[in-house]
Amino acid sequence: MIEMAQYLIVVLVTIGIVMVTVLLHVAYLTYFERKILGWMQDRMGPMEVGYHGLLQPIADGLKLFFKEDIVPAQANKVIFTLAPILVLVPALIGFAVIPFGRDTIQIFGLTFRPYVTDINIGILYILAFASIGAYGVLLGGWASNNKYSLLGGLRSAAQVISYELSLGLSIVGVLLLAGSLSLVKITEAQGGGMFHWFIIPQFVAFVIYLISAIAETNRLPFDLPEAESELVAGFFTEYSGMRFAFFFLAEYANMILVSCIATILFLGGWHAPFEALSFIPPILWFVGKVYLFLFFYIWIRGTLPRLRYDQLMMFGWKVMIPLALANILVTSVVLYFVKG
Amino acid sequence: MGSNPASLNDPEPRPITEDLPLRRSEDLLLNMGPQHPATHGVLRVVLELEGEKIIQATPDLGYLHRGVEKLCEGLTYQQIIPHTDRLDYICSMSNNFAYVRAVEKLLGVSIPERGEYVRTIIAEMQRIVGHLFWLGTQALDIGAMTVFFWTFREREVLLDLFEQVCGARLTMNYFRIGGVNGDLSPEVIQTLRKFLNEFPSKIDEYNSLLLNNRIWLSRTKDIAVISAEDAVSFGMTGPVLRGSGVHYDIRKAEPYAAYGKVDWDVPLGSNGDTYDRYWVRMQEMKQSARIIAQCLDQLPEGPILTDVPQVVAPPKEKVMKDMQSLIHHFIIFTEGFRPPKGEVYCATEAPKGELGFSIISDGGPKPYRLKIRSPSFVHLGAFDHMARGYMIADIVTIFGTYDIVMGECDR
Repeated sequence: MIEMAQYLIVVLVTIGIVMVTVLLHVAYLTYFERKILGWMQDRMGPMEVGYHGLLQPIADGLKLFFKEDIVPAQANKVIFTLAPILVLVPALIGFAVIPFGRDTIQIFGLTFRPYVTDINIGILYILAFASIGAYGVLLGGWASNNKYSLLGGLRSAAQVISYELSLGLSIVGVLLLAGSLSLVKITEAQGGGMFHWFIIPQFVAFVIYLISAIAETNRLPFDLPEAESELVAGFFTEYSGMRFAFFFLAEYANMILVSCIATILFLGGWHAPFEALSFIPPILWFVGKVYLFLFFYIWIRGTLPRLRYDQLMMFGWKVMIPLALANILVTSVVLYFVKG
Repeated sequence: MGSNPASLNDPEPRPITEDLPLRRSEDLLLNMGPQHPATHGVLRVVLELEGEKIIQATPDLGYLHRGVEKLCEGLTYQQIIPHTDRLDYICSMSNNFAYVRAVEKLLGVSIPERGEYVRTIIAEMQRIVGHLFWLGTQALDIGAMTVFFWTFREREVLLDLFEQVCGARLTMNYFRIGGVNGDLSPEVIQTLRKFLNEFPSKIDEYNSLLLNNRIWLSRTKDIAVISAEDAVSFGMTGPVLRGSGVHYDIRKAEPYAAYGKVDWDVPLGSNGDTYDRYWVRMQEMKQSARIIAQCLDQLPEGPILTDVPQVVAPPKEKVMKDMQSLIHHFIIFTEGFRPPKGEVYCATEAPKGELGFSIISDGGPKPYRLKIRSPSFVHLGAFDHMARGYMIADIVTIFGTYDIVMGECDR
């Protein structure tokens, strides 16, 4: 009985810490993005709220919270309400299996681990939930009863399905090397310095993953579902207030999630690049690598124009998927001869 | 489309509940604008779509109609100048220029040489401002947001100069019938020279983001192609026409102001696609910088306003001191002047194309009729022709490639 209670406390506290940390990072990722874009574009970014605009994300959150929650008269109310939840929940739920660090902490005789749980199909679990997010976008676009939203939703469905294939296929090479689907085991398989990281044997997969991940998170140059110059705001044109905030949070949570996965799969997770640097706590290495990816995404946004729908599809099916398949083939053949 | 192939093979006749077949496909009718982030104001376009492909695009104009032409019939020739600011509000002084040229043609007055050079400098500065604005918004529409902020950085320098020259930043009112209002100060000339030195490297900076960018190329090459013949038949002018390879620039064809006295080239495209029009405008900015630099070098001394007392008000210092000048000033600004009876059309090369003013004078102090030939309006006539068969995403490219401003289009 006591063991059960202890277990429950540990899990609930870990979930609480992970959720709060992730949501805080999501909020400050928007600040980070605006500051970096401002720096790239010769302007200041947010400066008014707090010191150098540090309280801007909180002000934005409060504003959205107090906004009127409008449901269009012609919308399908049930699905219209359900869609933001369907988008946000899968984005947050993926963090349950992300190993943020290595060391366990003992407090009051309870052992806390730096992740909520380690399931043996971790990566599959994240991919499965990520696919549910696409339903939220599609249904949100459809339920709004707005042609722009519908087009945005359709684009999103087509895009997510196409790029999920290459995303999933790019991961297979890593899984073959690590011999496990568990994210903890994949990280542990890359121990011993940066030359053991999977980015070196799986560089093609890494590039495919990076590009597909941008498409998965609907970021520039693949932000067609919400292309503001064509479709106003795409699938969330009709959303306002907290429901809009849900979509917004989900987008940034997804960015962090795909960056976490990229860190774990290709950059050795919490491992330091050299033994000499391992005095820095593993969790800081993890966060640093994640922010490296986030910076990359923002950099891309500051640099590239948007692709057109048909060009996006062509690129996905004719370039990314064949490349990913070829990568799997080469990896398996090499592994077969190396490992015998 | 229309008929249902499944029902043709159906041996049993099914009860028909309505005239239309149960399963059918329709074109999606999408209303774009007048409130839409990419329509550059209040343009409305009704799109017939098959999936994302455009079957037909019908522009619907008039949401910004203010009746400027009619208003002008009730105003004296001087009072009309500020109204022309509001046509193409991105480059308001180009409109002023086009208007005062038309009135000067009607009156038959000539401008002192320094006045002509100052006008040329200002007009080319406006062209750079207009093209910078176009580049920023076109890139933003296609998704490259950084270019927008970079172009606004340079635009800011020029707007500050305009502020020093005439006191305003948006609806500038600097041209007068018979010259310009106020001379260029040495500080303005100095800042302008500094700007001209830096400007080519800034253009290279924009090009570093766009010129060889694969995505930019795929979004602009072979998009909204218009052949030279079609461009001429649709009455296109300016960079849109030159993008199709037609050598027509009013500044070269019938040189006015100081354009005949400086050395510059007319950049020409070849394919008539969006990329060529982009390239033409980028080159035009370089040519404008060349023209300004030469004008600054050649800038002669002398008056900037013509000495025609019937048309030009006396200088302010004189108005403050002597009675005759005060009366003269009063008459010019209350009664206006009376140009001879007649009809005149005068075309000027504005940043967006041929901006023409046609004035019918009945000998009174106000025009009997004033007609504005605005390039944006004429260009929109070819919208359907250029949009058919492309995709929704290309619509915003086409808006951008015309460089339309609705204030000028609807008047």
